[in-house]
Amino acid sequence: MTQPWMNNRLVRWIDYRLPMFSFMEKELIDYPTPRNLSYWWNFGSLAGIVLVIMIVTGIVLAMHYTPHVDYAFDSVERIMRDVNYGWLIRYIHTNGGSAFFIIVYIHIFRGLYYGSYKSPREILWILGVIILLCMMATAFMGYVLPWGQMSFWGATVITNLFSAVPIVGDVIVTWLWGGFTVDNPTLNRFFSLHYLMPFVIVGVVALHLVALHQHGSGNPLGIDAKGPQDKIPFHPYYTVKDMFGLCAFLTIFAGFVFFAPNFFGEPENYIPADPLVTPPHIVPEWYFLPYYAILRSITFDVWFLSAKLIGVVLMFGSILILFLVPWLDRSPVRSARYRPIYKQLFWVLVIDCLVLGWVGGNPPEGIFVIIGQIATLYYFAHFLVLMPLLSYIETPRPLPTSIGEPVLGGSGGPPAAAEQPMEKAQ
Amino acid sequence: MRRTVGAIVAAFVLIGSNPAPAAEEAAAPPSMKWTFDGLFGSFDRAALRRGFQVYTEVCAVCHSLRLVHYRNLTAIGFTEDQVKEIAAEVEVTDGPDAEGEMFDRPALPSDRFVSPFPNDNAARAANNGALPPDLSLVTKSRIGGPDYIYGLMVGYRDAPGDMEMSEGMAYNMYFPGHQIAMPAPLSEELVEYADGTEATVPQMAKDVTDFLVWAAEPELEERKRMGVKVVLFLILLTGMLFAVKRAVWSNVPH
Repeated sequence: MTQPWMNNRLVRWIDYRLPMFSFMEKELIDYPTPRNLSYWWNFGSLAGIVLVIMIVTGIVLAMHYTPHVDYAFDSVERIMRDVNYGWLIRYIHTNGGSAFFIIVYIHIFRGLYYGSYKSPREILWILGVIILLCMMATAFMGYVLPWGQMSFWGATVITNLFSAVPIVGDVIVTWLWGGFTVDNPTLNRFFSLHYLMPFVIVGVVALHLVALHQHGSGNPLGIDAKGPQDKIPFHPYYTVKDMFGLCAFLTIFAGFVFFAPNFFGEPENYIPADPLVTPPHIVPEWYFLPYYAILRSITFDVWFLSAKLIGVVLMFGSILILFLVPWLDRSPVRSARYRPIYKQLFWVLVIDCLVLGWVGGNPPEGIFVIIGQIATLYYFAHFLVLMPLLSYIETPRPLPTSIGEPVLGGSGGPPAAAEQPMEKAQ
Repeated sequence: MRRTVGAIVAAFVLIGSNPAPAAEEAAAPPSMKWTFDGLFGSFDRAALRRGFQVYTEVCAVCHSLRLVHYRNLTAIGFTEDQVKEIAAEVEVTDGPDAEGEMFDRPALPSDRFVSPFPNDNAARAANNGALPPDLSLVTKSRIGGPDYIYGLMVGYRDAPGDMEMSEGMAYNMYFPGHQIAMPAPLSEELVEYADGTEATVPQMAKDVTDFLVWAAEPELEERKRMGVKVVLFLILLTGMLFAVKRAVWSNVPH
């Protein structure tokens, strides 16, 4: 499937020494992709593009931002008022953070529904969880930079979590702060790390893509491709589909940026940080609310373990448990389409996470405590009890014999119709 | 599948809006119609100038507006000469001069709005221990935004008989906890509007809220105008890409 520009002598000269053109041809154009991917498979490339948008806007913002407790808030307002289109860059960056998490959460839940973590894609999945952890660290530190009330108090609450570590907790917190409270050294290092982390993410994303291209995308049926009739070249089929998805996303995104730029934000963060005034409610950004609910659900000490320590361990555990998912789910069937019970439990898990988010946004009082505890218990039970158990008690529905079968008819050799798309890429 | 997408989107919207209740229950402020609302919203320049007058003659006695420059006032319809005059009415400390002395001079359009107090301690000392907040971002930093600011201006009432008020505090139906250190700032005919508009309390409250929304979001009009163009362009492009996608995929059974 040689591209016409491969005949160009300069291209060939370069490619002989640095195979960038062959690489592009292999991984971006010919790259065989299952023909039956649904729109749920759009969110991976979408997340990649949002990452680029975040890095570009972030670099521009950093040109105008001052990481000092006395100037940070005002420098952000200067960006909003005096820097040419500064308001646009900043609103894209702040809303981009929320969009990034929405996209990545959908991407992760898609993986859970279609069993994308199963052999041979365990490492692909693990790299994805690492990306999520890096994103969370980046987002948390980025939220501190405008140095508003929620920045300061959010940083105080979250860094204080580490004081729950037995014996060395307080030492760790002082080390993180670079002082005895959240102050200028904290802001400086958060800025430095907030600038660094996205490039770490880019690196892990590259590995994520290498792992992806090793065995190719999964697909909604969850069965392996049986032959060339089951796959189509990435270009133009998925390039155009991803472009369409991207523009649909950008339309909604622009709606927020231009008409409701502070929809995802907290009004409180437009008040400059004041260490002497605690806001009535300290809440993290919406994408952290489920973890916040898990953290606060533990209201009792167990033996010598403090409630705080258990809460912190469970909060981090709620992400770390995802690393084990490929081995907790023993079912050989990937797609929830053919797993009648798992399919139901998947949606219960989605609802459970939304409930956790709702609880996290409310004060830890009365009924919210109970709901939060039940939802937390269920979250861990889903992964630690239900997932392993299902492999034994669930009878999967019969799988189709090939990806092409449902649409091409028959199940055997490559029908003529399937050859057509491969030729089209020439 | 489509229904589940809708449900997920709705759920995210619910989480995003995150209705954290106020510590002490206060009545929800009246929902007002503002000229800057909606996709095509814009400011009423005359209202902005009246609001500026209310801010200068009433609010500015205690409240700073430290993120706004005098030069920004050209955006609400003042000429450059008028802005120079407005700025020159206030003294600002500058220096040190060649002798190393600080000196006072009339403010320039390039100066920020001069704050009424030299520092927070002076502001507290003059206000019974309470700190009058800076108003540059007040409509963005309060839950309820402009509606809340308007409500606060018109929400002063006599305290209910069974409520114990701390000394020097006023009762306001929209303030969280109801006890506010700021006495009712507006009264009928408190200012004399240059354009002859009758200066009722609701009128002044509305005008000053308009002005403060502009002070907090001077980019609002440009943002919305650009937004309409960008979104229309993206809808068109999305539609075209959908057509291209269908055409490209037309010979692939899937």
